Amino acid sequence: MTEVDLVIVGAGPAGMSAAVTAAEIGLSVLLLDEQPAAGGQIYRNVAKADETRGDILGKDYTYGLELVTAMRSASITHVTDATVWKIGEDGTVAYSVNGKASLVQGRKVILATGALERPVPIPGWTLPGVMTAGAAQILLKQSGLVAERAVICGSGPLIYLIAQQMIRAGKPPLAIIETQTKSDLLNAMRHLPHALRGWRYLMKGAKLLSEIKRAGVMRVTGAENLEIEGDTEVRAIAFTHRGQTTRIQCNLVLLHQGVVPNTQATRSLRLEHAWSSAQRCFHPITNEWGLSSLETVYVAGDGAGIGGAKAAEQAGAISALHVAFALGFITKADRDKRAAPILRLQSAELALRPFLDRAYPPSDQVLKPADDTVICRCEEVTAGDIRAYARLGCTGPNQAKAFGRSGMGPCQGRYCGLTVTELLSQETGTTPDAVGSYHIRPPLKPITLGELATLEQTLTDETKGLI
Amino acid sequence: MNNASPFHNISPSDDLVTVTFDGIEYILPDGANLAASLLEAGLRYFRNTPVSGAPRGPFCMMGACYDCLVEIDGETRQACMTEVTSGLKIERAHRDKGLEND
Repeated sequence: MTEVDLVIVGAGPAGMSAAVTAAEIGLSVLLLDEQPAAGGQIYRNVAKADETRGDILGKDYTYGLELVTAMRSASITHVTDATVWKIGEDGTVAYSVNGKASLVQGRKVILATGALERPVPIPGWTLPGVMTAGAAQILLKQSGLVAERAVICGSGPLIYLIAQQMIRAGKPPLAIIETQTKSDLLNAMRHLPHALRGWRYLMKGAKLLSEIKRAGVMRVTGAENLEIEGDTEVRAIAFTHRGQTTRIQCNLVLLHQGVVPNTQATRSLRLEHAWSSAQRCFHPITNEWGLSSLETVYVAGDGAGIGGAKAAEQAGAISALHVAFALGFITKADRDKRAAPILRLQSAELALRPFLDRAYPPSDQVLKPADDTVICRCEEVTAGDIRAYARLGCTGPNQAKAFGRSGMGPCQGRYCGLTVTELLSQETGTTPDAVGSYHIRPPLKPITLGELATLEQTLTDETKGLI
Repeated sequence: MNNASPFHNISPSDDLVTVTFDGIEYILPDGANLAASLLEAGLRYFRNTPVSGAPRGPFCMMGACYDCLVEIDGETRQACMTEVTSGLKIERAHRDKGLEND
């Protein structure tokens, strides 16, 4: 088995910056990532995107090239197309590349697995042609595709960014239907003085909104009762606003209700997690260095709590410094000296977050879906089903699996877990922390038996190599 | 490429290969993301669900939702995590469950 000082899972901003920081100090680093190129979702395909694409996506995207370049010059083993399917408490990590499985032993592990879009269970959200706003961005970054005749719906600043990019690409969205209300904005105002430290982002937001206005894109806030229509694909979206129903015919619907930490890997390790009432999601509990409840495992970036790309980059470096200290590569004094300026920048970076969390909360419709709305996309379990299980005495998400298979399909609860927790919490009158979440067990992604069988061969070959 | 496509490509590739989806030929960019290329070609309906047979297509584009599953050489794969290569024979996953067996 290959042995390294540090295994990092995920090559987004947190993973890349952790890798560079650790490698520069002299640690041996193995970086595993699912995609064919480094960047994560935020800087996806940044090294290959041409100038047209870079111009549309903007400087905050092309900045990612600096990280990718820094990574290339450091001595890092970056394994692309690697699906990590098991992480052990002892730092062993099992992964597959092109159907061939391998095991690596890390003295420490940094999980930098980022975020997922929050589930958006509304009527019609399973229809072909309904995608996450993040998916639309990935299509643009990876493949140069811009959605045509699309409607963007939901809550969160990402909506303005993708709308602006579509406008720049000459394909403005038909409409932007937002679910947050004026009173959300008023509630957020008390966080504004603190948020002013993040003035650069506030300026960016204002600029995005003015570009959207100038392009003449229809924009509604406080929309309710969203409903996507179609039989085998999207035909239209309907919503109510101040009691009036509007229906817009469209080709695509792009949904967004903010992003949440991807906790599949951290849950599989049974790390301690807590519920964030501000962000309405679970996150692993970490200290200021990203160290989890397990001394071999760190969590850096959005996977530990949503903070955005720059904060993730800083978190990756901070975790790597702690790893370097814990493994005896640098002294405590050196660690603290290097970390101090990064921590200062990170605190400024996170200043805007409480404002954003209040101004763009997930809508009631997605937190309390109607009974006939599908909440588990894989097994087609409805909100009404979950409520019925609760009435029959189901108290937690793992029992819900036994009642009706929610969370047992191929996505393994990624797009229903939070909804099931919310629903059971509402029905049983207990806190989300008390309700808990699905147990996640390896394999973290479906693998074939054939893949598993290659592991023995890989290990045998390696052993032979050692003799 | 296809008039019905809900997507416009701002930097189309001219290095193209042929694949089939449910027996119909499609010309797609070599080495491109399979889910994206099929979407660009006007396809949105990638599979049927094993439970009710409902139609599904790409949702997250990042390997998390498994809604873009297709069958390639008898193996179910995530189209958004697969690259286009010449001669791919792609079929709708759980096609037999489809509501309208065309």
